[in-house]
Amino acid sequence: MKARIHVYLKPGVLDPQGAAVAGALKNLGFDEVENARQGKLIELDLTGDDADAAKTRVEEMCKKLLANPVIENFTVEMA
Amino acid sequence: MKSAVIVFPGSNCDRDAAMAIEKVTGTAPTMVWHQETALPDGTEFVMLPGGFSYGDYLRCGAMAGVSNIIPAVKAHAEDGKPLLGVCNGFQVLIETGLLPGALMRNASLHFVCEKSPLTIENGNTQFTSQYGANRDVIIPVAHHDGNYFADDETLDRIESEGQVVFRYARNPNGSARNIAGITNSEGNVMGMMPHPERAIDVDHGGTDGLAVFESILGSA
Repeated sequence: MKARIHVYLKPGVLDPQGAAVAGALKNLGFDEVENARQGKLIELDLTGDDADAAKTRVEEMCKKLLANPVIENFTVEMA
Repeated sequence: MKSAVIVFPGSNCDRDAAMAIEKVTGTAPTMVWHQETALPDGTEFVMLPGGFSYGDYLRCGAMAGVSNIIPAVKAHAEDGKPLLGVCNGFQVLIETGLLPGALMRNASLHFVCEKSPLTIENGNTQFTSQYGANRDVIIPVAHHDGNYFADDETLDRIESEGQVVFRYARNPNGSARNIAGITNSEGNVMGMMPHPERAIDVDHGGTDGLAVFESILGSA
């Protein structure tokens, strides 16, 4: 079983790296880029076959380590 | 006073921290490897040094914040004993939840390395009492992720409780309200991005950091 975790900055939290990415894309001529936000993708390989129980555990992992709840949100997809 | 400096893989200010402590107390601190699970008996002061623990993987301080020694460090803080985190040490204290807020990438995206003029906002803490009436000091900063962030409610609370101890006179990183160093609500845990241990000798170009160590350790 796999878990795919997206960790991204909360709306309103300044993302200087995303701003730099947007600026670089504009420099390359991609004028349609209004804004960029940069996050992280973490994939976990998990033992077990109960996806609901696994998801609960993964959410706990996010709260304890993988995301910083002060500045970041996360989503978990099981696959 | 018996002191301990915690050493993580990637710490690089641990020996500077030890020298600062020894300069004030005359006694070298115990260097405690992060895989230990207990502090030496009788430890009264713990310092988390600067550096790049675990290569700043995931988030600065995140891995160090869950290493084996941390429960003992938390217990030390919960006993009301002094705990100081400098730079990466501040990031670790934030990650462990001992201090509020977050430290984000500098707003400029640049690593900043300079002598930073600071204002002492609270000279009545156990980390600043020896500054006396002096409120303007210069202490070096050297970091990429020192941009202090917290929601407005938290910022208002720590300001009103006197937990904002150091403020930048010339904000190098975009920190909310120019915050450079804070304590917990009990006042026994302090985190700061500037490096007081790098300003303890005239050969460093200044000695404005020494009073931090004299304040904590002076009664030893």
